[in-house]
Amino acid sequence: MELRLDGVSHAYGGTQVLRDITLTVPEGKIVCIVGPSGCGKSTLLRMMGGLERPDEGTITQLGEPPEGCLNPLTYVFQDFALLPWRSVEGNISLALEDHDLSKARRAAIIEDVLARTSLSDFARALPRQLSGGMKQRVAIARALAVNPAVMLLDEPLSALDAQTRVLLMDDLVSLWTRAPFTAVYVTHNLAEAVRLGHRIVVLSRRPGAIREVVEIDSDLGARGEGDAKLEQVQTHLWHLMRDEARAADAELADA
Amino acid sequence: MRETTVNDAPPHDQAASAGSNARPVPFRGGGFAPQPRKGVGLVVFVALIALAEWGTRTGFITNLTLPRPSDVLITLGELWDSGLLMKHLQPSLTRLAVGAALGVAVGIWVGILIGLFSYVRAGLVPLVAALFPIPKIALLPLFVIWFGIDEGSKYALIAFGTFTPTVVATYGAVDNVDRGLIRMGQSFGLSWASIVRKIVLPGAMPGILSGLRVSLAIAIILLVAAEMLGAEYGIGAYILEAGSLYDLERLFAGVVILSLLGVIVSAVITRIEKRLLRWRG
Repeated sequence: MELRLDGVSHAYGGTQVLRDITLTVPEGKIVCIVGPSGCGKSTLLRMMGGLERPDEGTITQLGEPPEGCLNPLTYVFQDFALLPWRSVEGNISLALEDHDLSKARRAAIIEDVLARTSLSDFARALPRQLSGGMKQRVAIARALAVNPAVMLLDEPLSALDAQTRVLLMDDLVSLWTRAPFTAVYVTHNLAEAVRLGHRIVVLSRRPGAIREVVEIDSDLGARGEGDAKLEQVQTHLWHLMRDEARAADAELADA
Repeated sequence: MRETTVNDAPPHDQAASAGSNARPVPFRGGGFAPQPRKGVGLVVFVALIALAEWGTRTGFITNLTLPRPSDVLITLGELWDSGLLMKHLQPSLTRLAVGAALGVAVGIWVGILIGLFSYVRAGLVPLVAALFPIPKIALLPLFVIWFGIDEGSKYALIAFGTFTPTVVATYGAVDNVDRGLIRMGQSFGLSWASIVRKIVLPGAMPGILSGLRVSLAIAIILLVAAEMLGAEYGIGAYILEAGSLYDLERLFAGVVILSLLGVIVSAVITRIEKRLLRWRG
């Protein structure tokens, strides 16, 4: 399934946050959206999943979601959004309970996604017992459980420390190489973007508009530390963003 | 001892040799973190009662001012032996249970509706604010006409008194449920009922339970108020009768029973909290 955005614009009150965004998310690829803070990238992601309605423009899903897909557009949130009163398996089960599945089928799905995210030993743990990285793994497992057509990741690694971030990036890469999924990945971290993105969309500061789209052809699994070409792309992205970031930083919130 | 002093000596010497400007960093942290101190509450209780006992025995406190605690205890014992305690306690507990259950159940229900629907909130929040400060006891004559002189008016008074604080606590608790969790529920396509049952209600539970503490204490206060007006049996009737005869021992025996009731109710809520809110750790 593909996702297409056509001329999407949006304003909060009198402040325009997004301007004329036209973009395609191709099947089986990861599209990264980068931009300075406040450029509306998270708003854009919320619109892609139907959590917010754009003032103008359309968002269309093209093609059928895969077989056995329970929730075509599935989010992974920056703050994990786990229910603190449910165990790891209970949190994953939450996403399945509203669907007509047999008990055995549900248990099998939970076991499968826990194994894929190496969480099998933590099935009965409560979120407060887990580290930030583990919590985000649970959220990723929950997203995988509904077999989404498009994963919408909203700064999934931004709340984690630098080391955990690298580990989780590796996890995401290996998940993708084993079973390629379609994803939109919003981040302000350029290293994450060049490591995970097949296509990187650079937004300008508010009102967010597309400044440039950079394609990276190399295989996700082959990208590693100190890859000269990736570094080059990252530097290029930083040059695009630096002045915008500086200007965005100096802006007043309600001006 | 000696060994410690020897071991402590070198850093001290070093500090001294570093010059007259060297001094330890003063400690400024700590505090602001209450710790459980077992038995202190009991000590305060026992000390106050012992003071009263000593005062009444020596004549420092006259019998008109305060009854002797040991006499109150004897009165309680007599009450128990004669079977009158159960005769008074049983109708009181029934009134408390029925009234509070009604008020709390309706209160939680209305509180959730206020928390979830803008129109219900706009319509009912001012009404609740208007009802809250009314001393419910003042409405008792009205309740007698509406619900009858028997149990009905007593149930209604207690229910009405517990309703308002429960509503306020519940909608506050619903307001405080993490909106991120609700968005998450929506993003997974959960039904409205599932979101309320699995996200809003458990999320609001801590606030609802602490509201329950206040509501049930108010219920006990209103129980006595209701029984003071036309009840043959009940802790309130017992206290009122003792009061009009200026029988301080019996009056205090009744007050002790009410205090115990409050302590038990509070302990029960603590148990429920421990069970339901285990996830908070």
